[in-house]
Order: sequence, then C-alpha cells, then structure tokens
Amino acid sequence: MDQMEFIIEISLENKPAARDPVAETIKRDLLAKKGYDIVSKVRSGQYLRLILKANNEEDAKEIVTNMCNDLRIFNPVTQNLNIINVKKL
Amino acid sequence: MTIKIAVIQFPGANCDLDAVHVLRNVVGVDTSLVWHNHFKEAEFDGVILPGGFSFGDYLRAGIIAAHSPALDEARIMLKDGRPILGICNGFQILIEAEFLPGALLQNESLKFVCKWVNIKVINDRTAFTHRMKKDDVLAIPIAHGEGRYYTDNLKELEENDQIVFKYSTEDGRFKSEANPNGSLESIAGICNIEQNCVGLMPHPERASESILSPKQTTHGRIFFESMIEFIKRRLT
Repeated sequence: MDQMEFIIEISLENKPAARDPVAETIKRDLLAKKGYDIVSKVRSGQYLRLILKANNEEDAKEIVTNMCNDLRIFNPVTQNLNIINVKKL
Repeated sequence: MTIKIAVIQFPGANCDLDAVHVLRNVVGVDTSLVWHNHFKEAEFDGVILPGGFSFGDYLRAGIIAAHSPALDEARIMLKDGRPILGICNGFQILIEAEFLPGALLQNESLKFVCKWVNIKVINDRTAFTHRMKKDDVLAIPIAHGEGRYYTDNLKELEENDQIVFKYSTEDGRFKSEANPNGSLESIAGICNIEQNCVGLMPHPERASESILSPKQTTHGRIFFESMIEFIKRRLT
C-alpha cells in the first residue's frame, strides 16, 4: 500500500498539579488587567507540527504517540501529550 | 593508583572548563574534557556533567543531551556504582535521562536567577556529600532559568533519603524567601537510591576557591574531595 503524508499537530500541556507561572502571569497580569476577566483558566504548553509518511491516519497517530513516549518528547511527570489535529497532505 | 575523572562537553556547555580547572588545579586529580560523542566510560572512575545550555535548551533543558551516546556510557557507570555529578544543566540532563526522578521547571519568578544562595545538607552519605555533615549550611551560587524542582512522588523521595540539599537561610531555616526558584519543599539537589549519582542546581565548581566567594568560603571543594575519597574507597 502506498504511504501518504500527514500533518500532525501536537501540544505538550503542563499538568494541573505543577504550578504554571507562565499561564498564571498571562491570566493575572495581562488578561485580567485588560478587562478579559471572563477568562477563568489558562494553561501554557508547547506546540509541535510534524509531517510524516504513514499508511493511514490511525498509523500516523500511533507512530507519533510511540515516538513521543520513547524519546520523552514530553516529561510525563509534568506534561500531557495531546494530538490536536491530523490532516492528510 | 591513578584516578581519572571525565567532564563531558556538550555543544552549548559553558561551565565545563570551570569544572576541569577545579578538579585539576584545586583538587589535583587527573581530569579530561571529553566531547560527548567520544566519551568511553571504561577509561574513567567518575564523571561530571557540567552546567550550560546544552543544545540551546531546545524543546526542554537537558532533553536532547539526555539522548547523547555519552549518557549510554554514563548509564553503565550509574549501574556499577561509580560517581556521577550533574551540575545545573547537568542536573537537568540527569533528570531527562531518568537517572534521577522528577522534573525541573521554569523558575516561579519566570526570571533567570544568578546569585549566591545557602543550601542545607540533608543527606551526608552520598558519593559527593560524605565529607559534609547533615544540617551543614553551604554557600554556593546558582545561575539558572529552569531550576524549580518538582516531583509527583515526594513521599518516595523522602522515604528513600534521596533529597540531598534544600535551599535555606544562612542559619538553616527553610523559608520561601530562601527558595530562589519555587522548588517543591525547597529541594536544591537529589540523588539516586544507590547514592552514587547526585544532581543539583547550585554550582560547586564556582565555590571552590576563596577568591571567588563573597565570604571567602570554599564549600564547593567538599563535593569533589568527597568524590575522590569515594573512588579511593571503591578501588581499595
């Protein structure tokens, strides 16, 4: 079967247990001060966009999940991995 | 008996030569500066992972260096009980390579903090602290942006006696103003269960000569002297 190219977007989000001073500062010193106090929660993280070849969407997700686990792309003590989007190129 | 120590040089390291200087010229031990791809554990009795910004701190401080072949070599030393010290970025590398548990997060202040602090000895039996006494307070400088220690398993760390240093006041009290980065329980340094591998954010290599210390202290030397004595005991 011919492989296809996929774009996968992932986020590495800080877990709720550890304090997230970046998000706290954005919420407290920017949003709230500029009138956006409707925002009740902010969490910061990192974003990666990968392009890879795979047989199908499910395979692409599995490859990326395994790669991120094997190489500790996220620190499992403090971060969660989320696949936020998969799209065929 | 000749003792040989390696200081590993990663791209982006900037405290490597300081560590080599202290080991060679202050402590007086045979020391090699070794490029990370060339490091072979069999030639050395102990290893130092120095401070700096290995691989530009990309993705997360220490994570890229944690996959260097040098860490595969160091893992052999970890298992056979030879001493391994990670200073600052070296500590971050040891965490990311899973030699030590937990995580080092961005400082609570979001600022890079560079200053002399006090740390209190909690475990005086590791390869790098056995010439110290429990509750001693050492003056050592820090210089980091990501040093806020965090673990989701503090109980296990305490039960296994893996907390080696905590930030404290000069008279040894744990107060939030003495904790420079918001570390959980003021933790400044930890060790593995076997106590041959220690990682800490403060820089003992910058605190080993009185001329460099605002109080003319040389507390950093004790880390390296402890390591040499630990190696001598292992070899005899």
